[in-house]
Formats: sequence, C-alpha cells, structure tokens
Amino acid sequence: MFDFVSFFPRAVMQGIPLLLGATGETLTEKSGNLNLGIPGIMYVGGICGVIGAFFYEQTGNMNGFLAVAIPVLCCLIGSLFMGLLYCFLTVNLRANQNVTGLAMTTFGVGFGNFFGGSLIKLTGSEVPSIALSATSAYFSRSLPFADKLGVFGKLFCSYGFLAYAAILIALVSSYVLKRTRVGLQLRAVGESPATADAAGIDIARYKYIATCVGSMIAGLGGLYYVMDYACGVWSNDAFGDRGWLAIALVIFTIWRPNVGILASILFGGLYILYLFIPTGTNLAVKELYKMLPYIVTILVLVLSSMRNKRDNQPPESLGVPYFREDR
Amino acid sequence: MRKQSKAPIVHISKRSALPWYGAWAIRGAAILLALVVCAFVTTALTGEDPIGVYKTMFAGAFGTKRKAWILGQNLAILLCVSLAVTPAFKMRFWNIGGEGQVLIGGLATAACMILLGDKIPNWLLIVIMILASIAAGAIWGAIPAICKAKWNTNETLFTLMMNYVATQLVAFFVIVWEVPKGAGKIGIINQTTQAGWLPQIGSYKYLLNILVVAVLTILMYFYLSRSKQGYEIAVVGESERTARYVGINVGRVIVRTMLISGGICGLAGLLLVGGTDHTITTTIAGGRGFTAVMVAWLAKFNPLVMVFTSFLLVFLSRGASEISTIYGLNHSFGDILTGIILFFIIGSEFFISYRLSFLKHTKKEG
Repeated sequence: MFDFVSFFPRAVMQGIPLLLGATGETLTEKSGNLNLGIPGIMYVGGICGVIGAFFYEQTGNMNGFLAVAIPVLCCLIGSLFMGLLYCFLTVNLRANQNVTGLAMTTFGVGFGNFFGGSLIKLTGSEVPSIALSATSAYFSRSLPFADKLGVFGKLFCSYGFLAYAAILIALVSSYVLKRTRVGLQLRAVGESPATADAAGIDIARYKYIATCVGSMIAGLGGLYYVMDYACGVWSNDAFGDRGWLAIALVIFTIWRPNVGILASILFGGLYILYLFIPTGTNLAVKELYKMLPYIVTILVLVLSSMRNKRDNQPPESLGVPYFREDR
Repeated sequence: MRKQSKAPIVHISKRSALPWYGAWAIRGAAILLALVVCAFVTTALTGEDPIGVYKTMFAGAFGTKRKAWILGQNLAILLCVSLAVTPAFKMRFWNIGGEGQVLIGGLATAACMILLGDKIPNWLLIVIMILASIAAGAIWGAIPAICKAKWNTNETLFTLMMNYVATQLVAFFVIVWEVPKGAGKIGIINQTTQAGWLPQIGSYKYLLNILVVAVLTILMYFYLSRSKQGYEIAVVGESERTARYVGINVGRVIVRTMLISGGICGLAGLLLVGGTDHTITTTIAGGRGFTAVMVAWLAKFNPLVMVFTSFLLVFLSRGASEISTIYGLNHSFGDILTGIILFFIIGSEFFISYRLSFLKHTKKEG
C-alpha cells in the first residue's frame, strides 16, 4: 500500500535542499551568470555550518539561539566566499563560466570532503561520519502544535524552520524578480547587458550581488541537508548529486522560484519513490526507479525546448561575459 | 542619481594576438604561482616544509616503476576522454556527459564479456566488444545532440542527466550480474578463461592502453586541424550563422561530432573494462568526464597540448593522494589542490586576452 502520509513529508525534506539550490541558481542565472559551481557551493555551505556547529558543541553549554545562528552564519560566509570567487573570475577576469563552475565544483566537493574527513578524524570515531545531534535538534525542531493537528500537522507543520525559510525565500525572490525595480534591472542585466549598461545600470554590481546572494541561498541548502534531513550527520559524499539536480530544477521551473516550491517537492518525491514502491526481493529494479528524476528532467528539457515559447527561454545572455568595449 | 565618485584607475583593452611564447609564459607563471599557494596550504595543513611536500608528490607519481605505470595508465584514460570531448567543445557543444558515455561503453564491454565469453572465439569477441562499446558511447552522445540539432535543447544539462541515467543502468546490471549473489559487485569477469581481456603487450599491463591513446591523440590532432570535418566544427563553433551562410548543415555537424565524441568515450570505457579492470562498477569513470572538460579547455583544444595538461592534473591527483596517505590527510586533499591550480590558470587567461594599463590622472575634488 502506498503510504502518502509518510511519503509526502519525506518528499518535502528531500525537496528543500533542491529548492534552495534552485532559487539561488535562478537569481544567479537572471544576472546572466551560469554558475555550474552550485554543487560545490552547497558542499561548502554544508561543511562550513558543520564546522561552526562542531566547535560550538565542543564548548559544552549550548544556547538555542547561538546553536542555530553560528552554523547559519558560518554557512553563509563560506558560500559567500565561493560566490565572490566565482564573480571575480567570471565578471572581473571574464573567464569561461562553464569551466569556472566545474572547477568550483571540484574544489567545493573536495573542500567539503576534506574538512569533513578531518573532523571525523578529530573526533576519532569508529564510523566515518560526524553526528551533531544536539545542533540538529535545534534545526529540526518542528512547530509546537504539529502533533496536535494529526495528519494535517504531519503533512505541513512537521518541518524545521529552514524549510519554511526556504519557501519564504523562494516567494520573496519570485516577488523581487517579477514585481520590483531591482528585479527588472537584474533581468535586464541577464537579458542584454549592453542595453542595461546604456541605461545606467551598474552591470558588475548586479552580477556580483545576484551571484553572491544566490550562492548564499544555495549554501543554506547544503546546511539544511546536513542539519535537518540527515539529522546532523555529516558523512563524505552523502550530499551526492543534489546540486546538479538543483540546476536542472531551474530549467524545469523555467526560471521561476515560486514554481520551484512545488517542482522541488515533486523532484524530492521522485528521488525517494524507489523506497516506497514495493519491489519485493528484486533489488535491481530499485536502481532503475532511481533514474526517475533524471529521466523526468530530460523529458522536461526536451519538451520545453520543443514548445519554444518566448516566455520560457533562458536569459538571453546567459553564460556570456560582458565587456563594454566588445562589439 | 548616483554621483560619479571616481574615475577608473585601470583601463582594460583587448590585446591583439599575443605571441605563443607570451601566452605560455603567462600560463606558466600562473601555474608557478598556484604551486606556491598550494605549498602554503599544504604546509599549513601538514606542518611539513613545502619542498618536502613536493618531493613527496613526486615520489607518489614516479616513486616506483609500478607508480609510474599507474600514472601512465591514468594519463592515458584521462587523455582519451579529453580527446573525446574536444571536438564537441570546439563546436561550443558543452558535453559534460563524458562520464556517462564512458560508463555506457564500459557496460557494453562488460555485457559482451559476460554474455558471449567462451561462446565464440576470442578474437571475434574482442571485435564485437570494440564495436559494441563505441556504438554504445556514440548513441549516448548522439541523443542529446539530436535534440540540440532539432530543438536547440540545452545540451549541458541533458548530457549531465545522461550521466546519472548511465550510472543507474550500470547499478542495475551490477545487481543482475553480481557474483556471488548478494555481493553487490561483479568481481573479475572471466577470471579463469580471460575471455574478452584485451591482449597484453609483453609483461606491461598498461602499455596497450597508452599506445592506443597515443595513436588517437595524433589522429585527433590531424582530424581537427587538417580535415574538412574539423574545419566545419571550428566554423560552427565560432559562428553558427556564418556556418549556415556558407552552407554547412549545422545540425548534421552537431550530430556527427557528438557521435565521434561519444564513440571515443565509449572506447575509453572499453580500455578500462576490457583492458585493465576486467570488471565494472558505477565509479569506474572516476569523475574523468568532468576533469576532461578542464583538460581540454586548458589546452585550448589542442590535442598535443592536452598531453601536458592531462599530465599536470593526473600528476596532481596522484601526488596529492601520496601526500594524504603519508600525512594521514583525507584523500580529497587532491581536489582542493587541483581546484586552486585551476583557479589560477582560469584567471590567467584574462591577462592573455586583455591588457591592463594604469591611468594617471590628477585627483579631482568633488
């Protein structure tokens, strides 16, 4: 029997890191930067939060506010640095965005696994992972009245605060992009930087801010994964390919963070569907079910390119560096 | 209204072509600088003096005969994947699906070895393996290419997703063919009969792979720089409109190039599965599909230069893995070093194509 009540919350929890990553990447792409470093940035965000939480837990006495604030702050700083690095290379030095992004992913994943591995060594534990259950308890504390609301509470109120923050961030980004002057100018930068430049918009500043804010949001996705979804357990490579899925989600949602909320839950569901489909003893078939999110992404990619509607196109100058004196 | 707060200090302008030695001097300086930074990072983390660290790296790469051969093998496979992705990149087709194309080629090889082993003569089996692996890789590469040619589908994400589909396919077949049941891995295929194992030259296990890739490098060099098809690729990459104007069928060039690109990736899978590993796992490609992108780009898509860039990256990863073993660091240390060096080289390209001139002007009060 398909158990929706236990399936849906897990799908949401799978989807939140993707949502944060996709929202961050959407902001970045709207400024014309195709940041393929998002998977690396999410690793860095996650591990920086873990490092912060680890040393705070070492001090012994924990205060609820600081236990949340320190990891979040560390995560934001870590991912901000990655964003700055990306901007410096692509905006100032006009490097190829694909190559820069891939290098950042190599670096970020290595960074995460290296410091994760070092921390694991530091704790001298038997299992290859660090458990920060005390910090995680603060992160995954659900709304106090969730238990009383029965099924409704389990479906909608049982998540940690970062999950709600993710949805809020997506809604706010969507509003900013669509309805404010800043959003309009940002989109102009992504569509046609030369025109935006002529209109007096500071291209470099918009690219920097959008990419750095985007990186920080994506970094939070990594933090959410470790602290809430994985219950504070960092093990190397556990985050897997979610960063790439987040980038795919951007196209899936045709650059709309508010659509991303539902899409990410759908993706999260596809990601864990194999756990809920009874296959009996045939383990091999499970591996085929794990293909689902990728196959769906491919189908969406192909279908959206076939329809070729003008509204659904990527920002015009996505991936192209801007140089004022270029013709 | 924003105030004009300051006049620019630096004026950036495009360089007219830098002579090749100038460009390589800048790149060399960047690599040197990167090595210095890496040395500092390593010293900070291990407490060893930087020269000692590089000595250790060198020992890790070349220390023994066996290590040198492994370096050669890794170099050959990485170079093979890099050669595969190059024609696609030259066409501005971002094939980051090398990983999946290698895997699927390896899977086809393994399938032939398992299903046909001992049923047909060995030479026929090897011929079938070669054809199957190249065809599998080519198909895997051509699917995104066809969509790109027909509907302009984003190829970066398509090829990326194909990686994961390939990984799951391999995972599926690993469980189907696992020996013994429940082990979760295939183990060495045809251990006793050695059916389908590529022949070994003398006593050198890796020599065949290295020779095949060496020949491939030269062929690719001539294909890209001397053949009509190579020229078409370059035109499509520089400007699709020009290509269409001069009557090149852009869609056909895209699909044809990706068939070649995927086919060579499939060949890399054959070399890995049939030549050295004789087994298949989901991680057999080992991230080479991504590293290859950087190898090709660093070499500016010149197959001969790629020998050096892939050597640099393989040397770094082998050396860094030696450091991590000796000083008890995590193995991912190599990725950090690679990342730092790549950042420097990526950054250095700016100084090759642009010139900075510092402007002198009197400070205005305002």
